[in-house]
Amino acid sequence: MTEETTGSTPGPASPAAATQRVRFYQTGTHTLGNRLMDAESRTVQASTDRANAITSGHRACQGCGEALGARYALDAAMRAAGGKVVAVNATGCLEVFTTPYPETSWQIPWLHSVFGNAPAVASGVAAGLRMRGQKDVRVVAQGGDGSTTDIGFGCLSGMFERNDDVLYICYDNEAYMNTGVQRSSATPPAARTATTPALGAAPGNVFGTGKNLPRIAMAHEIPYVATASVADLHDLEAKVTRAMAICGARYIHVHVPCPLGWGSASHDTIRLARLAVESGLFPLFEAEHGEVTAVKKIRRKVPVEDYLRPQRRFAHLFRPGHEDTQRLAAIQAMADANIRRYGLTEEAPL
Amino acid sequence: MTGTLPFAITLDPGTSRLNHTGTWRTERPVYLSRMPPCNHACPAGENIQNWLFHAESGDYAAAWAALIAENPLPAVMGRVCYHPCEGACNRGQLDEAVSIHAVERFLGDHALREGLVPRVEVPPSGRRVLVVGAGPSGLSAASHLTRMGHAVTIREAGPLPGGMMRFGIPKYRLPRDILDAEIARILRLGVTLELNTKVTDIDAAFAEGFDAIFTAVGAHLAKRTAIPAHAAGRILDAVTLLAQVELGEAPQLGRRVIVYGGGNTAMDAARTAKRLGAEEAMIVYRRSRDQMPAHAFEVQEAEDEGVLIHWLRTITDIDASTFTVEKMEIDAEGRPQPTGTFETLEADSLVLALGQDVDTGFLARVPGVQIAKDGVIAVDAQMMTGRAGLFAGGDMVPAERTVTVAVGHGKKAARHIDAWLRGTTHVKPPRPALAGFETLNTWYYDDAPQTRQEHLALLRRQTGFEEVTHGLTEDTALYEARRCLSCGNCFECDNCFGVCPDNAVIKLGPGAGFAIDYDYCKGCGICATECPCGAIQMLPETT
Repeated sequence: MTEETTGSTPGPASPAAATQRVRFYQTGTHTLGNRLMDAESRTVQASTDRANAITSGHRACQGCGEALGARYALDAAMRAAGGKVVAVNATGCLEVFTTPYPETSWQIPWLHSVFGNAPAVASGVAAGLRMRGQKDVRVVAQGGDGSTTDIGFGCLSGMFERNDDVLYICYDNEAYMNTGVQRSSATPPAARTATTPALGAAPGNVFGTGKNLPRIAMAHEIPYVATASVADLHDLEAKVTRAMAICGARYIHVHVPCPLGWGSASHDTIRLARLAVESGLFPLFEAEHGEVTAVKKIRRKVPVEDYLRPQRRFAHLFRPGHEDTQRLAAIQAMADANIRRYGLTEEAPL
Repeated sequence: MTGTLPFAITLDPGTSRLNHTGTWRTERPVYLSRMPPCNHACPAGENIQNWLFHAESGDYAAAWAALIAENPLPAVMGRVCYHPCEGACNRGQLDEAVSIHAVERFLGDHALREGLVPRVEVPPSGRRVLVVGAGPSGLSAASHLTRMGHAVTIREAGPLPGGMMRFGIPKYRLPRDILDAEIARILRLGVTLELNTKVTDIDAAFAEGFDAIFTAVGAHLAKRTAIPAHAAGRILDAVTLLAQVELGEAPQLGRRVIVYGGGNTAMDAARTAKRLGAEEAMIVYRRSRDQMPAHAFEVQEAEDEGVLIHWLRTITDIDASTFTVEKMEIDAEGRPQPTGTFETLEADSLVLALGQDVDTGFLARVPGVQIAKDGVIAVDAQMMTGRAGLFAGGDMVPAERTVTVAVGHGKKAARHIDAWLRGTTHVKPPRPALAGFETLNTWYYDDAPQTRQEHLALLRRQTGFEEVTHGLTEDTALYEARRCLSCGNCFECDNCFGVCPDNAVIKLGPGAGFAIDYDYCKGCGICATECPCGAIQMLPETT
């Protein structure tokens, strides 16, 4: 990761010794793999042995961030649990695009019930496995932001409050994409959705609404809460692996751009996720028992405009000659508040 | 699945792999290799990105083998090349260019230390080639031709091989043990070297049985200028000075020396004068600093060593040890014009470093050979003169006069000579599109400033001919190699394999790269956007 060279060994050394001693690897751990680094330093996704929890042929749109995020998270969970994972899925894009009857993309045991009850079903699966004495089989529940922050929120809070042994993963694409891009309580301010059109004096989603589910999860003081992004796979996999090593209720909130709902180019999915992190709008952190324990620092800070401008859902902020500087400033203020709250830059330590 | 289906289920479940989502695609990702800017800029045509790739993993033998496939003198070139590759390096736009020359030197020195030798893998062709001149161009051609299976004889007029590498470049820039070792390695391939043998009759050489001749005699005749001298002091030219120093016959220059000229040779002459004991070494040059043909770092090193440079001056009169110089000014067209203001300088000797001409005498009589403008030899695109089978390269043909260009000419001529001997034509493979900075996704590269090469202490630089610039240690060389961005060429970072939402990238294993599974690739383009080095291109689907 650093340019550090620790070459203090005198005399000629074998290349093998130097290749290990010089701890600079061209791309370090920014890329998913790295031929110069040992296999353990590469991601699960860089390995041909990955579980491929979701296989090819699924119906997700081109460049789907959720398809990527779910495979990233579940493959990491599979490796951490030695391949013994049961996944419970809420209704949503992920469920629909992977299981058009009678096909399935899932290559792991997978269960779907209804929209709002995935946390409760997962609690039941965990209880059933416990009764059967199958302690080695781990339960992962997952859903989009709609099922997590709105429809299944009561069940999720109950699962947290009882500290059931479930890892719940929310793939947050910031609206109900499957049904036609309706607003959810995770939709950001100013974003255009089918139900918050870019019309009138205050176009797009209303400022001051919505909920911050990672912080709500922290308020339950469950053992582990983390945010992650498809733009930082090493970080995401480390957090899933950490969560899988803990018993009790755990929550990971993964930011997954949606080309369809956000009006972005399909090839920009990871780039946008990265800009969300680098602008400060999507802070990456870990919390244990309600306290923030680690944050991922911003590497190359960018203004929120860099993140917003490539997305058509924010196009009304950038009308030529009528730039909505007031709302842009308000969104920048949100990013700055995150930077201060989580200490995301060197100048703003936690 | 067979047997009884659950209630309300009428179809067996199947895998989604039945659904070939590749039909959605309007653009397809295609792996490609682009031309890295370093390779594009290299006058010797080195595949720099490729040898750095091997060096990154510590496989110095493979790196060196890839290096000498294009350039048989890497330890020399790593020292004396002006490295245009580094000026073109994309990393320069990120932080600082990769110190390519320093890694090249490390690999060259490593090979000499380890006794690595190139392999000659082709059977003897039975053809004989004469190379005239044992400078960088001739040695390069001899090496390449030998490795192509031809029997090569080099005839050199001088007492030692190396040409301008020995008699033009001072040893504080190129130690002679390094030069000797790299030349010896070329000779060990089976090249015959005949010293003190001046070739004067090309037709006689062909009559001896040589099937082709490559002449690369360089440009050794110092240019002169007419300066009114009443009682001239000691005047000599830089080429003679440097050659005499090399042969251990250093002339007496006196306490104060003026070097007249602004090229790299002028810098070398002034720095050499300093090392020979001159208290004052001055350079007089008629243009400004910006217009000096010498490289900025050489000017800097000369000044560091105490060489005094008088810009915008011409010498108009010499009277014993008194030199009258006229101040110049640069006109609107960038040309120096006299101002009518005069100064005097005191010096014991004057060294002229005004450029060199080619001794074309031995070729003037050869039918068909054309002398081009500036007294150099005209050659066609195959480096052949007007006389069939007679090729020429290096300083004696129209080109920039550097060791690197000369080595490149040697290689190029060797390929054309080889083709000519086989009755074919060598066609240079087309260059792929340039891997410009905009083709990269630089997010993925670690931040890392350039390694600095250490320099010899100033006092020792002013008093002796020890090498000024130090080499890299293995650790710093490895670090520097790993700063390479691998522009336009896959280095197997696994990004494409990991970022595909459709599992449509197939990893083929170390060294084999990746392939796209077009049955499932939806053409989203994430792989191309997230490829650090621009080795994936999105092309429109035609159907």
